[in-house]
Amino acid sequence: MALSAEKQLEMLRTMQTIRRFEERASEDYIGGAIYGVVHCYIGEEAVATGICSALNIDDRIISTHRGHGHCIAKGADLNRMMAELYGRATGYCKGKGGSMHIADFSIGMLGANGIVAGGIPIVTGAGLAAQLEGKGQVAVSFFGDGASNAGPFHESINIASAWKLPMIYVCENNLWSADTEAKGTLALEDIAARAAGYGIPGVIVDGNDVLAVNEVAEAAIARARAGEGPSLIECKTYRQRTHTERKEAIDNRPAEQVAAWMERDPIKLFAADLIEREVMTEEDWKKMEEEIAQEVLDAVKFAEESPFPDPEEALVDVFAE
Amino acid sequence: MRTVTYSQAGLEAVMEEMQKDDKTIHLSTNAPAALTDSFGTSRVRATPIAEGGFTGIALGAAGSGFRPIVNWSMVTFSFVAMDQIVNQVSKIHYMFGGQAKFPITFRTSCGGGGRMAAQHSQNPYSMFMNLAGLKMILPSTPYDLKGLLKSAIREDNPVISFEAGNMYAFEGEIPEEEYTLPLGEAHILREGTDVTVVTLGRMLHDTLPAAEILDKEGVSVEIIDPRTLVPMDVDTIRASVQKTGRLVIVDAAGATAGATAEIATAATEHAETFAAMKAPVKRICAFNVPIPYSPTLEDHVFPDADKILAGIREVLA
Ligand SMILES: Cc1ncc(C[n+]2csc(CCOP(=O)(O)OP(=O)(O)O)c2C)c(N)n1
Repeated sequence: MALSAEKQLEMLRTMQTIRRFEERASEDYIGGAIYGVVHCYIGEEAVATGICSALNIDDRIISTHRGHGHCIAKGADLNRMMAELYGRATGYCKGKGGSMHIADFSIGMLGANGIVAGGIPIVTGAGLAAQLEGKGQVAVSFFGDGASNAGPFHESINIASAWKLPMIYVCENNLWSADTEAKGTLALEDIAARAAGYGIPGVIVDGNDVLAVNEVAEAAIARARAGEGPSLIECKTYRQRTHTERKEAIDNRPAEQVAAWMERDPIKLFAADLIEREVMTEEDWKKMEEEIAQEVLDAVKFAEESPFPDPEEALVDVFAE
Repeated sequence: MRTVTYSQAGLEAVMEEMQKDDKTIHLSTNAPAALTDSFGTSRVRATPIAEGGFTGIALGAAGSGFRPIVNWSMVTFSFVAMDQIVNQVSKIHYMFGGQAKFPITFRTSCGGGGRMAAQHSQNPYSMFMNLAGLKMILPSTPYDLKGLLKSAIREDNPVISFEAGNMYAFEGEIPEEEYTLPLGEAHILREGTDVTVVTLGRMLHDTLPAAEILDKEGVSVEIIDPRTLVPMDVDTIRASVQKTGRLVIVDAAGATAGATAEIATAATEHAETFAAMKAPVKRICAFNVPIPYSPTLEDHVFPDADKILAGIREVLA
């Protein structure tokens, strides 16, 4: 185990921050302060955290419709995230994007995306830029099992392999695409197996084990930085909540399946592991939880106190000036 | 008559037509339980999220003797299938000299107001109108949706049904007995003599109250819903404008190269209609911007009853 205690605690902190941020976002969505649609990442925190904790600030990532976790793991500011969800002028996108479209280009987070598989080619373009710049940066595409059935996934991976782009394709296989079970739409059960068709490594990892995810990420990133080309990582995971937040959400997934995955909550597992290995104490964990709860409250306060954008702002930014 | 939601009306149209013709199949990323229960998973397919793929697959099945109904869900997702729609679906019958028929219905929801931000909020029907070879309907009530959709499914050409995403819970009356509505016939919802207001899709429901207000002021408003965008019933619109001398067009899409431009031109390029006009055409449209998320921004972008009222007053002045 090469990771320092500090690094491991930071990972736990990231995961718990995602969890609390989203719990609050869900609450405020139901309450009416957040609009449109909110897709929660709860249950999948180990994926974004395991991958992003192996990245540098100048590495670039792209997200999906389920984007809060990737933003937070890449280091986005909770205040500006919450303000965006609240539709305020101080939000990351000045209130134009909302939950499904948060981006922070300054930290290499190229945006959440409402189009399934829409981000995969874009971030492959960031991989091309990294290759051209030649400074050893990499780019990471996060996407779901559903997206792996779409053309952009296949086209991008083929190009990245042919051009040896410094890419890591991270499939978050949570077994469901909205209300459709992935099993019925995938030709092969394992998405990682598709890597063979593109001549790149394809690995399967327990997506609820943050250290395991981090380990495979380190290997794939090292390969990409060395100019050896892309990798595909399939993280087997599960979303603990329904596809989107709803007042009266109907979950059509089998109750036993949901229950089994709840047992394997990535945060509980990791916190227990850190306590058992004496990386932290129960008290440390409690303190960390309290700090995070406070940060989320601060973010809500920031959002609530921020103004709504001026209506005329709707006409601004269609083109760059 | 009985009351159904817009959503139920659409489902009934599909159910009835699937009942009637076992060559009718249904493709969508989320297979509706009501359909799989009645027709089985062979005719009702849950597809992968691969709109380009299953749009083309539906086209191929159509050319091979089937009558597919494809539900793209939001129109957003149809853009992923744009190659198939533009290069294949719209051209295939013509390009191959009319050898085969391609009876295919695409259902899709569009519109805004849901705080769904740019990618999930739009009314892009004029993009599709610009292609030759696609018919399209724009139903504004449960009654229209059911009647038009049944005709669309029976039609031997590709038809797109642009449905109002924020209207699926909207209720309206439909007859107990079976009915259809023909494609290409406009609906005059309200007769009037002072101004013709052509409304597109759900804008009808913001226009009706504006007409009521004007009525109390002694202004007589005629409201026309074209219901079908292609083919467009220009005769009804021209006849109305010849009577009123004024034309206002309301659309929740941007004005640029919009359906509204087509309707305005249908009036002004027609000599008799043009000669009868007492005021310039007025279009009340959304701003031509991607749709923003925040309520203060989104509400600014779309037309509403106030903007419609102000627009109508302008041509009366
Ligand atoms: C091209 C496209 N088609 C359909 C949708 C509607 N949609 C949004 S999320 C989703 C399911 C996505 O599943 P997956 O890629 O597995 O990601 P997950 O939601 O499980 O994280 C669907 C069908 C969309 N956003 N984009």
